[in-house]
Amino acid sequence: MTRRRIPVSALIGLLFTGGFVFIALFAPWLAPHPNSVVVGDVWAPASAQHWLGTDNIGRDLLSRMIHGTRVTLTIAGLATALSFGVGSVLGFVAAVVGGWLDQLLSRGVDLLMAIPTLIFALVVLSVLPTTITVLVLVVGTLDATRVFRLSRALAADINVMDYVEAARLRGEKTPWIVFSEILPNALTPLVSELGLRFIFAVLFLSALSFIGLGVQPPDADWGNMVKENKEGIVFGIPAALIPAGAIAVLTISVNLMADWVLNRTTDLKGGRGA
Amino acid sequence: MPSTLIAQVARRVVLGVLMLLGVSALIFAGTQLLPGDVAQSILGQEATPEAVANLRKEMGLNDPAITRYAHWLGGAVTGDFGRALSNGQPISATLGKRLYNTLFLAFWAALVSVPLAIGLGIIAVRHRNGFIDRTISGLGLASVSLPEFFVGYVLMYFFAVKLQWVSSVSTVFDGMPLSERLGAIVLPVAVLTMAVLAHMMRMTRAAIMNVMQSAYIETAELKGLGALRIIYRHALPNALAPIINVVMLNLAFLVVGVVVVEVIFVYPGMGQFLVDHVSKRDVPVVQACGLIFATVYIGLNIVADIAGIMSNPRLRHPK
Amino acid sequence: MSAAPTMVLEIRNLRIEVTVRPPGEKPRDILIVDDVSLTLQKGRVLGLIGESGAGKSTVGLSALGYGRGGVRITGGEVWLNGRDILQGGAKGLRALRGREVSYVAQSAAAAFNPSHRLMKQVVETALHHGVSNRQQAEQRAIALFRKLGLPDPKNFGQRFPHQVSGGQLQRAMTAMALCAQPDLIVFDEPTTALDVTTQIDVLAAIKDAIRDTGVAALYITHDLAVVAQVSDDIMVLRHGKMVELGETAQIIHAPRQEYTRALVSVRSIAHDEQPPTKQPLLSIRNVTARYAGRDVKVLDAVTCDLCTGQTLAIVGESGSGKSTLARVITGLLAPSQGDIVFNGKTLPARLAGRDKEDLRGLQMVYQMADVAMNPRHTVGKIIGRPLEFYFGLRGDEKKRRVQQLLDEIEMGSGYIDRYPAELSGGQKQRVCIARALAAKPRLIICDEVTSALDPLVADGILKLLLNLQKIEGVAYLYITHDLTTVRAIADSIAVMYQGRIVRYGPKSQVLTAPFDDYTDLLLSSVPEMELGWLESTISRRRMESAGH
Repeated sequence: MTRRRIPVSALIGLLFTGGFVFIALFAPWLAPHPNSVVVGDVWAPASAQHWLGTDNIGRDLLSRMIHGTRVTLTIAGLATALSFGVGSVLGFVAAVVGGWLDQLLSRGVDLLMAIPTLIFALVVLSVLPTTITVLVLVVGTLDATRVFRLSRALAADINVMDYVEAARLRGEKTPWIVFSEILPNALTPLVSELGLRFIFAVLFLSALSFIGLGVQPPDADWGNMVKENKEGIVFGIPAALIPAGAIAVLTISVNLMADWVLNRTTDLKGGRGA
Repeated sequence: MPSTLIAQVARRVVLGVLMLLGVSALIFAGTQLLPGDVAQSILGQEATPEAVANLRKEMGLNDPAITRYAHWLGGAVTGDFGRALSNGQPISATLGKRLYNTLFLAFWAALVSVPLAIGLGIIAVRHRNGFIDRTISGLGLASVSLPEFFVGYVLMYFFAVKLQWVSSVSTVFDGMPLSERLGAIVLPVAVLTMAVLAHMMRMTRAAIMNVMQSAYIETAELKGLGALRIIYRHALPNALAPIINVVMLNLAFLVVGVVVVEVIFVYPGMGQFLVDHVSKRDVPVVQACGLIFATVYIGLNIVADIAGIMSNPRLRHPK
Repeated sequence: MSAAPTMVLEIRNLRIEVTVRPPGEKPRDILIVDDVSLTLQKGRVLGLIGESGAGKSTVGLSALGYGRGGVRITGGEVWLNGRDILQGGAKGLRALRGREVSYVAQSAAAAFNPSHRLMKQVVETALHHGVSNRQQAEQRAIALFRKLGLPDPKNFGQRFPHQVSGGQLQRAMTAMALCAQPDLIVFDEPTTALDVTTQIDVLAAIKDAIRDTGVAALYITHDLAVVAQVSDDIMVLRHGKMVELGETAQIIHAPRQEYTRALVSVRSIAHDEQPPTKQPLLSIRNVTARYAGRDVKVLDAVTCDLCTGQTLAIVGESGSGKSTLARVITGLLAPSQGDIVFNGKTLPARLAGRDKEDLRGLQMVYQMADVAMNPRHTVGKIIGRPLEFYFGLRGDEKKRRVQQLLDEIEMGSGYIDRYPAELSGGQKQRVCIARALAAKPRLIICDEVTSALDPLVADGILKLLLNLQKIEGVAYLYITHDLTTVRAIADSIAVMYQGRIVRYGPKSQVLTAPFDDYTDLLLSSVPEMELGWLESTISRRRMESAGH
């Protein structure tokens, strides 16, 4: 079998994403300073001891960035796992079982999606405490609606294929149909969507933290680091651009990978493109 | 207009109103999740039980949830959103001004981004898979991935602080002349435009390309029509519905994106208003803002759907 | 008469290639048309015939200097009205398209813009090229509508494409092609997508229009009988090469090449009819069915029997209810009245109520083999699953049985690990048949199983089915719209029209006069290869309707 060439863009994406994941996993060992210790002057420029300089109250920016990587990726990762796990299963079931269950789930999701996500999150966060659990639940649930829509559409498309009908006529039960007939054909677009959902989770979480309703200090996450350092911009201090830039790099990298996965889907195993 | 068309439009509107009602209930329910007691948190820990009980009665907190919901909704429909918890002022007055500011900002962002997005989408299709197309797609990919505060602060850093072309804070106030107002919102409009431009342009391109694959486009080519004429005469009328759909959906997204942008540039709009009061846990304000945002969002979605229905020739001219 | 006939189209040594770019591999060039030459005089019709992939549409489109899907002309010349159009550049091509040569596509429904009225599209070419002004063009369009037999010619143009039927749209397309008075029209399978009874009217209309306007025509099709009716000369194409070229009479009655002979004799399979047995295997009793929530009866008091080891053909056009009957038999749609008796037992109306044994005895093969198999399963898994599911076979035993089945369908064991995308159309259908056989059923429902296949390939499948019936003793419920197939393999026939059975009985009886009106219409609409059949059928019909 010919070895497929991975395009450069996907490799770059893989490199950066892999880098961030590595940092997130080994944060406590990689950071030169602990999270919330004041080590120098306010907004000191980059130097040998502080590679990225210091932040608005004098903490080492590099260390905070490293710890922040862990926090951001963990929350976004958990939220994506939640949204995907719940959303895709419910979506498949709704499409395959149909009937009143499908109607109930679809109408419920329609209703949830009728409210803009940020607004809904703000409404809920105005009354609930902003702990990590709550954040994961809020971001995860809102995301699950979109995953539900997508997986239901995918499953519904496949469900009407003759080979699914042939399986039904054989007497196959629902679990076989979902796992052996439908899932293998829905996998690739779903994996690509996984990437997009993760990006959305990161952006959404950062926006919430930026507004002050996400991760609370002294914990660092990229969003609230932008918030803490934003005053500096007016004085020409670019400190806030660093966490913001990290978000940008992460999202672009994951996007490149998701694009690559999507482009591979047209190649059915062993055959010429569909 | 044929009756089937009117029926479909009417059905959509009714559905939208029902959605709005459902959403208002969700928003109301969301704010009732508060652990602990509202009256208690207003008066503080040292308040006497009688004072708390009195306040509860005055605020109508002893009524069942349904009554409180109906009361609130009734007030909202007539424009009375009650008083803010934080300062006791009636909400409607400030809300009106803030809403105007937000709509002003959103309007100008839409005015800039929509023609630009459609134009770029058409150009990208005309030169499809060529260098121009791929560059536009690449830039689109990048700007969709970038968070608004990144773009916002980068622009602010370069244009407001280093080059001093515009001010870094977008203050507007009553009585400001239009030209000054426009000058103040240059950066926020730029950020908003970049946020939706990429999305809209990509979807416009996809919608037009989808139409371009159709057999009737080949028929037009085989009639000897030129490329531009084919796009305008044969492709666009059929791409109109999906394009309007895309524009409306992105305008709806704009309404939400405005929140973060207002915070970045300290712009006195409804988004900033909402965010301030969420931190203060000022429930009536949050409910009011939430409802208004949701109404605008749902309204735009309804317009998108109706545009889709009306541009379908099968519905305009039934058999 | 007038001057000597002029040469409208001359193609010399045409060579067309396309570059395929399979993902992850190097792009390579494939030759689609290899050294094809032809000439066409004014007023003559040349038929291009061949199976799918032969390159006929590609050759036809080259007369307009057009390549679909990235194909490009890499050699040869195309002379239209005395100049080589390949040298004229894009501007030159735009000038002649629609004006000197026009194109009638296979699917008129897709070829018309759904947003514009028909008249606007029909006159567009004439207006664009400045052939006539709007009034003249519209007058001409209305005259063409009348000549082509469209209803209410004066107002027909005001309709939108979705408001008229498929047959009418195909005729409107022909009008659109003729409106700018071109010298050459390329017809690309214009009647393939139509019902047999509609096809004959459209064919006649096209033939009349060609004769009246004196236009030259290229008629592309895979159906030899149709091309025999319409063309003066026929060219046979295969894999992009010309196989034979000659006058229609010669090609039909005295084909010189082996391949041509195979195409001509394709309908010659014979099958001796068998008498009905005492106890039928499948009994459909008075079945009436409706779709959920609708009043319209999709099936109305349908009653027929199928005997063990025999074939019952259900014949009908679109909307006749034949596919719905299959859905009722398999339990996907519950009848509102009547029942199905299979193997002596009344089957539960719904699929969910039936047990494995019931399901095993009744298998189905679909029309489109591409979507009837899971693209992510190998051939081995597709054929092996019924063996696992019904008989609990595993491991080596299962593998052996899969190989046996592959042998029965005349494919080797090397196919076990292949995926459906790697197979040809005929092979895909064979695998679907093997899958059905794996369950050792007593009855196989064949739902239009050869309709999507080329004539020669379809022939092979039919022979296979007949063979398997002899060996395994399986009965077939054969659903089709193609009467020639029916003659080949049926023992008994049921003709359906609008949900009812209008004629039913042993094959010999059903196919012998006197006929009911619909069967008569159906039988007489099937094109024969005999020359002059079209004219005689049309004139007979006109006499009959004049007589009423």
